[in-house]
Amino acid sequence: MVLLVALAATGLLWAGFAPRGTAQDTADANEAVRQGRVLYLQGCSSCHGLQAQGGNQAPSLIGVGSAAVDFQVSTGRMPLAAPGAQAERKDPIYSQTQIDQLAAYIDSLGGGPKKPVITQTEWDDADLAHGGELYRANCAQCHQAVGAGAPLTYGKYAPDLGKATPTQIIEAMRTGPESMPLFGPGQLDEADAVAVAKYVRHVSEAPSAGGDDLGKYGPVPEGLLAWLVGIGGLLAVCLWIGARQKV
Amino acid sequence: MTTVPPPPLVKRPGPVRTLNRAIDERFGTQAGLRRNLNKVFPDHWSFMIGEIALYSFVILVLTGIYLTLFFDPSNTEVIYDGSYVPLKGVEMSRAYASTLDISFDIRAGLVFRQIHHWAALLFVASIVVHLMRVFFTGAFRKPREVNWLIGVGLFILGILEGFAGYSLPDDLLSGTGLRIAASIAQSIPVVGTWASFLVFNGEWPGEGFIPRLYVVHILLVPGILLALIGAHLGILWHQKHTDFPGPGKTEHNVIGHRVFPIFAAKSTGFFMIVFAMLALLGGLAQINPIWGFGPYDPANVSSASQPDWYIGFLDGSTRLFPPWEFRGFGHTVPAVFWPTLILPGILFTLLAVYPFLEAKFTGDKESHNLLQRPREAPTRTGLGVFAISFYLVLWISGGNDVIAKTFDISLNAMTWAGRVGAIVIPPIAFVLTRKLCIHLQERDHEIAEHGIETGIIQQLPSGEFVEEHRPKLPSVPDHRRVPTDRVALPSAENGHARGDLVRRAGKAVTGFFVEEEERLPEASESSPDRPAGKH
Repeated sequence: MVLLVALAATGLLWAGFAPRGTAQDTADANEAVRQGRVLYLQGCSSCHGLQAQGGNQAPSLIGVGSAAVDFQVSTGRMPLAAPGAQAERKDPIYSQTQIDQLAAYIDSLGGGPKKPVITQTEWDDADLAHGGELYRANCAQCHQAVGAGAPLTYGKYAPDLGKATPTQIIEAMRTGPESMPLFGPGQLDEADAVAVAKYVRHVSEAPSAGGDDLGKYGPVPEGLLAWLVGIGGLLAVCLWIGARQKV
Repeated sequence: MTTVPPPPLVKRPGPVRTLNRAIDERFGTQAGLRRNLNKVFPDHWSFMIGEIALYSFVILVLTGIYLTLFFDPSNTEVIYDGSYVPLKGVEMSRAYASTLDISFDIRAGLVFRQIHHWAALLFVASIVVHLMRVFFTGAFRKPREVNWLIGVGLFILGILEGFAGYSLPDDLLSGTGLRIAASIAQSIPVVGTWASFLVFNGEWPGEGFIPRLYVVHILLVPGILLALIGAHLGILWHQKHTDFPGPGKTEHNVIGHRVFPIFAAKSTGFFMIVFAMLALLGGLAQINPIWGFGPYDPANVSSASQPDWYIGFLDGSTRLFPPWEFRGFGHTVPAVFWPTLILPGILFTLLAVYPFLEAKFTGDKESHNLLQRPREAPTRTGLGVFAISFYLVLWISGGNDVIAKTFDISLNAMTWAGRVGAIVIPPIAFVLTRKLCIHLQERDHEIAEHGIETGIIQQLPSGEFVEEHRPKLPSVPDHRRVPTDRVALPSAENGHARGDLVRRAGKAVTGFFVEEEERLPEASESSPDRPAGKH
C-alpha cells in the first residue's frame, strides 16, 4: 500500500515536473539546425564550401559561433553583394528567424562566441559615461569620436555606427569582423560591452545640440560651410549691394 | 477780426547738432570731423570683402567677452557634474568642464560659442578672399606695399589666434591639435625641445599651458590684431582707396560716395548682414561639438581629427610629405619639420615680399592708384592661380580621410593623388591661366578695333560673305560724381551734368554742417564752389 502510494506519488510528481519542454526544444533546435543547413547550402555554400570548410574566396565557418553569423547576416554584409576591399552594410536579405536558423546550423558545427542577449535591466544599469570612456580609449581611433566612421588603408574603412543595433555592436566586439580587432570578455566584460553599446546608441540617437550636426565630422564640413554659405553668401550680398548702386 | 501774423519760423538745432557743437567748442573736433566724413570711397562691390573681416573681428570681440565671463582657463582636474549626462562623473580639466557648462548650462552660452567659432572661420576666410582681391587687381603696388605687409601679418596672426581658440576648450580634438603643435615645435633642429618647453610651460602635457594659451588668445594676439587693424585702416584712410579705371577716373582722383551719409549707411547695413549671417550659422549649424569629442587624454585619439580650415593646408602638407628623417651631426630632424615649418615659412615669406619681387622683375617703380583687371597682368594672375591651386591640393589633402570615407575612395589613392597633384597641377594652372589672360586681352583689343560681332552675315556683290560688326558703345559714367579729396575732378565732357551732380552732392553734405559753416572759417572749403579741398 505504502509502495503503491509512493509509486503513485512519484508518478504524479513526475507528471508534474517532467521536463516536458526539453524534448520539444531539442526537436525545435534540431529543426532550426536542419532549416539552417538548407539555407546555408542554398545561400552560402558556393563560397564557404558544402561543409562550411571554407575555400579560396571565403574563410571556414567552423567555430565562428552564432554571434559572427548573426552580425554578418543581420547587417546585410553576408551574403556579399560584390567582392571588394570590404563587405558593405546593406538591408539584410534573410529574416531574423532565418538568421537564427543559419546561426544554429553554424553553431552546431563547433562552438564560438554566442549571440549576446541584453536584458532590459542590463541596459538600464549600463553606465553611459563609463561606456564613453571605454569607447574613446578603444574604438574612437578608427570609428571616430561619435561613431561617424573613418577610412582605413586601401579602401577599407571603419564603418559608421549610426545604424548598428546594441546586439550587433557587441557581436562585432566579440567576433572582430574584417579589420576590426577582437575585444574578448577579458578586455571588456559583459557590463562594459553593454555600456559601450549604450554610448554608441546614445551618440547616434541623441538630438544634436546647437543645430545640424553637419555629418558629425567637425572641422572639414564646418570649413566647407563657412566658405560655401558664409563667404559665398556674403559675396553674393556684396554683389547685390554693388548692383543696386544708384547711378 | 484781426489776424495776428504768425511769428517767423526759427529752426531750433536738434540734439545731435547741439551735442556736436558742444563737443566742438571744447575739443575743436569739427574741422577734422568734417574732413573725414567728407572722405570719398569708391563703390565697387569687391571693396567690401575686407569689411567682412573687420565686422567678423568686431563680432569675435563681442562674443569673446561674453565667453570670458564663464570660461575657466585652468588645467586643474575636476569631476564633471553638469547636465550633459554621458560625461557625468568623468574626470576632466576645469577648462573643459567650464566649456561644457557654457554649452549646456549657461543661458545663450552655446549660441555665443557657436557664433564666436563661425566668426573665427569667416574672419580668416574673408582675409583670404580680400587678399586675393588685392593681389589679382594689383592693389598692393606702390604706394601700398606696407599695407600689404600689415595685411599678411594680420592673416598670420588671425591663423594663430584661431588655433589658440580652437585649443582652449581642452577637449580631445584640441588636445590632439596641441600635441601636434608640440611635436612641430620639438622638430626644430637644436632648439626644438626648449621651444616646446617655452610654448607649453614645460613637458607636454604640462599643467600650466591653458592659462598661458588663454593670455595669448584673449590679450596678446587680439591686442596686436587690433593695433594692426588700426594701422591697416589708418594707412588706407591716408592713402585713399584704389579704384578700377572708368569714366572720369584717373590716378589722381577718387570717385564714389562720401563717408557720410551714403558710405556709412551702406557699411552699417553690411555689418548687420554679416552679423545676421553669423547668427544664422551659429543658430542653425553645430560647430565644434566638444562634448562629443570627450575630455583630452594623451592616450586617446579620434580618427578624422582635423584642424579648423585655415590650418588644413598644413595638415595636408604633413599627410603628403614622405617620411624623410634626417640624422647627422648628433641631431635628428624629423620629417614633420619640412611640411609644417619650412613650407609655411617659404609660403608666407613669398607672400609678404611679392610686391617687392614684382616691382623688381617688372621694373615698375611708379605709384598706382588705379587697379588692373586680372587679365592685364597675365604673369601675376598665373602666379596667383599657381599658388591657389597648390594651396587647394594641400587643403583637400588635409581632409582626405573624410573625403575618402564620404565618397568611397581609397585613402591611399587620395594621398598619392595629392602628392602628384601638388607637383603637377600648379604649373599646368599657371600656363593655362596665363594663356587665358592673354586670350582675353586679345579679344578686348579685337572688340576695341573691330567692334562687337552682330551675327548678321552680309553677302557682298563679289560673292564674299562678311559679318557686320557693331562698334563698342561709349561707356556711360555709372558713378555719381562727388568732389574728390585728392585733386580737382577733371571736367566732364558735358558741363551740365557736372554742375548738376556737384550741386546735388554738395547739397547732400552741407545740410549736416549748415550751422557750423557760418561759424568756422574752414567751412568755405567744402562749399560746392570749391569742391576740391587740399585735405
